[in-house]
Amino acid sequence: METMSSYADSTRAMRLKRLFTIASLIALGLSLVWANHRLDPYMVRILNLCAINIILATSLNLIFGFAGQFSLGHAGFMAVGAYACALLTMTPAQKEATFIISPLIRPLATIQLPFLPAILIGGILAAIFGFIIGAPTLRLRGDYLAIASLGFAEIIRVVGNNAIPITNGALGLKGIPEYTNLYWSWGAAAITIFIIKRLVDSSYGRAMMAVRENEIAAEVMGVSLFYHKVLAFVIGSFFAGVGGALLANLVTTIDPKTFIFILTFNILIIVVIGGLASITGSCLAAIGYTILLEALRPLEAPMTIGPVHIPGVPGLRMVIFSLVLLAVILFYRQGLMGKREFGWGWLVRRMVRKT
Amino acid sequence: MTFPLFLQHLANAISLGSLYALIAIGYTMVYGILRLINFAHGDIFMMGAYVAFYGILLISLPWWLAFAVAVLLTSFIGILIDRGAYRPLRSAPRISALISAIGVSFFLQNFAIVVFSGRPKAFFRPPLFTRVFVIKGVNILSVTFFIPVIAFISLAALSYIIYRTKPGLAMRAVSHDMETARIMGVDVDRTIALTFALGSGLAAIGGIMWGLRYPQIQPLMGVIPGLKAFVAAILGGIGSVPGAMIGGFVLGLAEIMLVAFAPALAGYRDAFAFLILIVVLLLRPTGILGRRLEEKV
Repeated sequence: METMSSYADSTRAMRLKRLFTIASLIALGLSLVWANHRLDPYMVRILNLCAINIILATSLNLIFGFAGQFSLGHAGFMAVGAYACALLTMTPAQKEATFIISPLIRPLATIQLPFLPAILIGGILAAIFGFIIGAPTLRLRGDYLAIASLGFAEIIRVVGNNAIPITNGALGLKGIPEYTNLYWSWGAAAITIFIIKRLVDSSYGRAMMAVRENEIAAEVMGVSLFYHKVLAFVIGSFFAGVGGALLANLVTTIDPKTFIFILTFNILIIVVIGGLASITGSCLAAIGYTILLEALRPLEAPMTIGPVHIPGVPGLRMVIFSLVLLAVILFYRQGLMGKREFGWGWLVRRMVRKT
Repeated sequence: MTFPLFLQHLANAISLGSLYALIAIGYTMVYGILRLINFAHGDIFMMGAYVAFYGILLISLPWWLAFAVAVLLTSFIGILIDRGAYRPLRSAPRISALISAIGVSFFLQNFAIVVFSGRPKAFFRPPLFTRVFVIKGVNILSVTFFIPVIAFISLAALSYIIYRTKPGLAMRAVSHDMETARIMGVDVDRTIALTFALGSGLAAIGGIMWGLRYPQIQPLMGVIPGLKAFVAAILGGIGSVPGAMIGGFVLGLAEIMLVAFAPALAGYRDAFAFLILIVVLLLRPTGILGRRLEEKV
């Protein structure tokens, strides 16, 4: 009798959880519709950036927090996704107008794809590059990935500046269609969270965490170190590419300078503040950090308070944020959420007990 | 290519290689002891150049004194960084120390942008370094010769410290096995501080000579040389001090020769080092002189 009732309870709890999830997704959708109609373009842009940062942060967290590998190449993978998606979505006329130094190479100049396949191709291309970087470096023990991925991000920038028939060099790409809106960005963010959450809860995720905790112990238990590290890295790179693609079609102009290291640093700080190995933490920190970064923008602009005129101090925000990063890692290493996740458990437990 | 032109490229390659070697040693020493990639090392190199710059500009020290003071102060900065950002994380997961290193690196860069301003500054060149030698119709600046000489003297001094003195013995012991060294009475924290001091001092020498050679400095000047010097350290065999020297020279030579013999690829110069990195990691991950770092259970 006892087991029967607890079984009934648990199916009921599961049904409730699913109900809450669907309800909150609908609420999110409705608030997006509201935001799209009522908020000014600046606010909408910040909300879009929040969603893109959620994608980037959860994907870096997969590599970083769950698999324990130190990747500093996110800006590079974003660049791959951004350039691929931009080149595939621009109109042939726009491409001809943009490539003034030397024309775009043949098949790319005439192709134009809808947004979704372009995003996916951007992500897949970034994943392929992730494999090319990850395969030689993740075979070794130690932190070679950090330097190789950072080097890769630099190579991508150098190639962006020099491979003029494909990237238009330092001039960059202009007039990328502005396809990214709240539905695309938050939709992609929701799908990213769903896929990465399912992944880390699966046996693959368990294996990744085992590799993170102790490589030797994991190997002895029969976990393939190489396979799981590469898997985490390639999937993380894919979503970095997707994030880059969405960013390109949001800002409509990209050039190699868009993808400097500061981009990777921003995502790193989000992941650390949110808590390594907490997707919830990454999401909360991504939203908070994006908004804070905008809110602190006046710090770097010239200010006049009464009779005192303070000239703008560029770089001040990054001084503050690097100190925040150091403070978190030194004194509060678990970050906002530690390894915890948000779930409906607490609410459901209360409701099931009551009735 | 004419022979004199080749000579000029060779001189450039050797001086660039010595700069890489000076920076690479700081990476390899810290990695050898802590298994930590000190991302801030390239920025310590930048700080060395700025300290020398302001020593001459603000306190109007004679240039040789300014350079010496800059090297000492930068060593001190290295010790401070270890003390503040790395020592509290010795027993933490390794990824924490890496994040801390990135944080320090980014802090130094932006601190420099805020305090020194982001605009490049012209570095003061004493007349001694700007004499022009004409060899078979090719002009070579005297600084191109001074850099390898100063680098060689610094490297010889470092080798003496590491292989012939007691603190050097302690460094080798800690790098071999930290716990055993501690049991044997080596003051591990002080030895690590000494490692950071030596590495940062060499980086400062490198930074000052970089300033003399390309006579301008800017807050992000350490990023690319730092990354390439790390590649040089891996190429030579990470953890090996002679390896870092060899790796630095090989990388400098390879880079300049790429530009000399394939000018069409000159734009890809900065990417070349990382291509070498990937190839080394694929073919011979222990580098030229490296030993296998044994895994500790």
